[in-house]
Amino acid sequence: VLYLPLTMHNPVTISKKACFVLQAEVFPYPEIGNDELEEIKQLVAPVEKFFSDDVDSAKIDREATIPPETLQGLKDLGLFGIMIPEEYGGLGLSNTIYARLNEIIALDGSIAVTLAAHQAIGLKGILIAGNEAQKQKYLPKLASGEHIAAFCLTEPGSGSDAASIQTRATLSEDGKHYLINGSKIWISNGGMADIMTVFARTEVEVDGVKKDKISAFIVERAFGGITSGKPEDKLGIRGSNTCELSFDNVPVPVENVIGEIGGGFKIAMNILNSGRFSMGSSCAGMIKKLIELTSEYATTRKQFNKSLSEFGMIQEKFAMMALNAFVMESMAYLTSGMMDRPGIPDCSLEAAMVKVFSSEGGWICVSEALQVLGGLGYTKNYPFERFVRDCRILPIFEGTNEILRMYIALTGMQYAGKILTGKIKEMKKGNIGLAIGMVSKKLRASLGASVDLGLTGKDGVVHPSLETIVDEQLVLKRVADVLIHIYAMTAVLSRASRSISIGLRNHDHEVCTLCAHSYNSPENNDANIKKIAKQVLENRAYICSHPLERTY
Amino acid sequence: MSGRVLVGVKRVIDYAVKIRVKPDNTGVVTDGVKHSMNPFCEIAVEEAVKLKEKKLIKEVVAVSCGPQQSQETIRTALAMGADRGIHVDVSGKDYENLGPLQVSKILAALAKQEDAQLILLGKQAIDDDCNQTGQMTAALLDWPQGTFASEVSLEGDKINLVREIDGGLEHIKINTPAVITADLRLNTPRYATLPNIMDSLMNNETELHKPNHRTSLCVGLIPLFETVAPEDMQGGTDRSGAMLRHTVLQSGKPKRIILSCLCI
Repeated sequence: VLYLPLTMHNPVTISKKACFVLQAEVFPYPEIGNDELEEIKQLVAPVEKFFSDDVDSAKIDREATIPPETLQGLKDLGLFGIMIPEEYGGLGLSNTIYARLNEIIALDGSIAVTLAAHQAIGLKGILIAGNEAQKQKYLPKLASGEHIAAFCLTEPGSGSDAASIQTRATLSEDGKHYLINGSKIWISNGGMADIMTVFARTEVEVDGVKKDKISAFIVERAFGGITSGKPEDKLGIRGSNTCELSFDNVPVPVENVIGEIGGGFKIAMNILNSGRFSMGSSCAGMIKKLIELTSEYATTRKQFNKSLSEFGMIQEKFAMMALNAFVMESMAYLTSGMMDRPGIPDCSLEAAMVKVFSSEGGWICVSEALQVLGGLGYTKNYPFERFVRDCRILPIFEGTNEILRMYIALTGMQYAGKILTGKIKEMKKGNIGLAIGMVSKKLRASLGASVDLGLTGKDGVVHPSLETIVDEQLVLKRVADVLIHIYAMTAVLSRASRSISIGLRNHDHEVCTLCAHSYNSPENNDANIKKIAKQVLENRAYICSHPLERTY
Repeated sequence: MSGRVLVGVKRVIDYAVKIRVKPDNTGVVTDGVKHSMNPFCEIAVEEAVKLKEKKLIKEVVAVSCGPQQSQETIRTALAMGADRGIHVDVSGKDYENLGPLQVSKILAALAKQEDAQLILLGKQAIDDDCNQTGQMTAALLDWPQGTFASEVSLEGDKINLVREIDGGLEHIKINTPAVITADLRLNTPRYATLPNIMDSLMNNETELHKPNHRTSLCVGLIPLFETVAPEDMQGGTDRSGAMLRHTVLQSGKPKRIILSCLCI
């Protein structure tokens, strides 16, 4: 946990009085070596070429399917195994390079989701929690794309409330197989996946008591008993295959359990947490492309004898897009840089903040880009309406933004709670102790994580304002928003200071962007916005240097 | 025969980039602009790799003349299937003045040094559109040349070539060693896949050469006076002859009348 808002007496006033401690990990901004930068440049080139020459996004959207040649091209490029280690046939690349490649892959939403469903969540379970035998057996074909993976957690009755899934896995009589029964919904790649990570309830014995806990299984379509429903007819990302999956007594060998029986939920949360951060770079890449497309139009279209780019309200839109792209890049690469450090750092909080900011910022930017083109943007002759439709899913999947805000705020509270309980004098025990117990259990269930929120210190002591905090969603929302904004400012400060120190191209533009973002006084801001917009429109592109760039 | 093919690759501004002239009119903006391998050079590399895959030649050596960044272009060639790379280091003022004559002298020298059987080049570079390097190299070596090749096949120690010329297609047969320049329809270059790129990054198969004779780079320099952007397109002017032709065509009258109009 990076931040601890040391709250005062009333959580409602947190936005006015919060003080926070920044840990040293965010300054200086993470850097990669010259060799790795060289590698990235080389890797990015053919992917960019492929997406500009051989990907017909309009056709994919219209026909609601990715053509087999395009899919094969992606497999040949090696994009199905970016983070799988080389010994299993993948590229073994770091989180940072994965994020960088996602900037390009995001240009087509359907392809981005298909690839992410395959490697960011579908096979991640095997990667982070599988044993050597499972990795050797499954990863090579997944890396080459011969087999496609899917992540099967959500059910008709269990979306955000993932802990309540009903799919069951019962041990066969001979003890060699689990039989899985149930149905899953909204499964990306569900219609074409060969290998699925399926989560089901299993009966376990804990201290002699039989309990129902969730376990994770590697299920092959070849095991039989699996039926895919017809592909869902979606608003956006129409080329990505999404469908229902039914499991009817599917026999899964006991060797295919990922991790331990009963440990599935934690694995699910780890998988989801580790894939989120790349949404920052995906959205940034998409917005940068939109800036290019939109500025072309704004500088040539004339009304009232002036080109659109001369009007303040249009300039504001460009400044906003450039700003958002800047912040998203900064946050994404700060997070990936931290994740790439040795050891296994837990960046789930930061990843959640990146996801919330990027999904909402992306939605706004895409809408404003369409607005610049007016009526033309509303037609299918231009790609803007497709970007809008594709982006609408971002605040919904990979953890809805509402749930993630709860997670962000409560994790912060937990940390604060730990600090507070150490300092607050003992209060009455007894009744409060019981109430606290209930609150903790409720929290655990609603978040789905078995997390000790520390709201109860030793002897059941807790600050009275934090007792019922779980139900105060509106308060928590404000806390989360503050935290996300703080992280965004930190990322931007860290990146801009590095840019100035090493003299990256256009670092003064970065400082301008930083000020426009972080210091929100209208008088200062108008000048900054005009300045940013002028440079973006002159160059007809986003002009900040990439945060991974080096000058030495 | 050594079975070795030299492929020249040039680092140019990417074809998709909007070119802008520098404010002082001394050239185009290259700083921070995306560069990549000249598209016709990509076709040349692809052809060389194809010949190697058919086992008609033994080794593909990619050559590039330019500054440090030219190594990226060579690495792309390695990722596409070339075996070795040679980077001829030319930077600063020398690089600004580098033209086809200088490059062809370098290539000719390298061809002799490497005992090359074939030199494959793109027909022209998309930044200067000179279309001279191949021809000059052949002349310096006194080798036969097959330019604008759209089909290449090796037959013993001869090469069958189909050339794309203004009148159509020309079939020729030339001896080896020879210089061939690739035209657009020769092949479709493969993508350098990410695994291949990573392999090429690990194997450091690029040699560094400094041009031997500084004088060879100074000969035949063409002074550059000014670079300006083309003027914006104006509307066309209507000439009565054209209007007449237009109305005649529209009314569907027979072709004889059109021809007589042209003779006026």
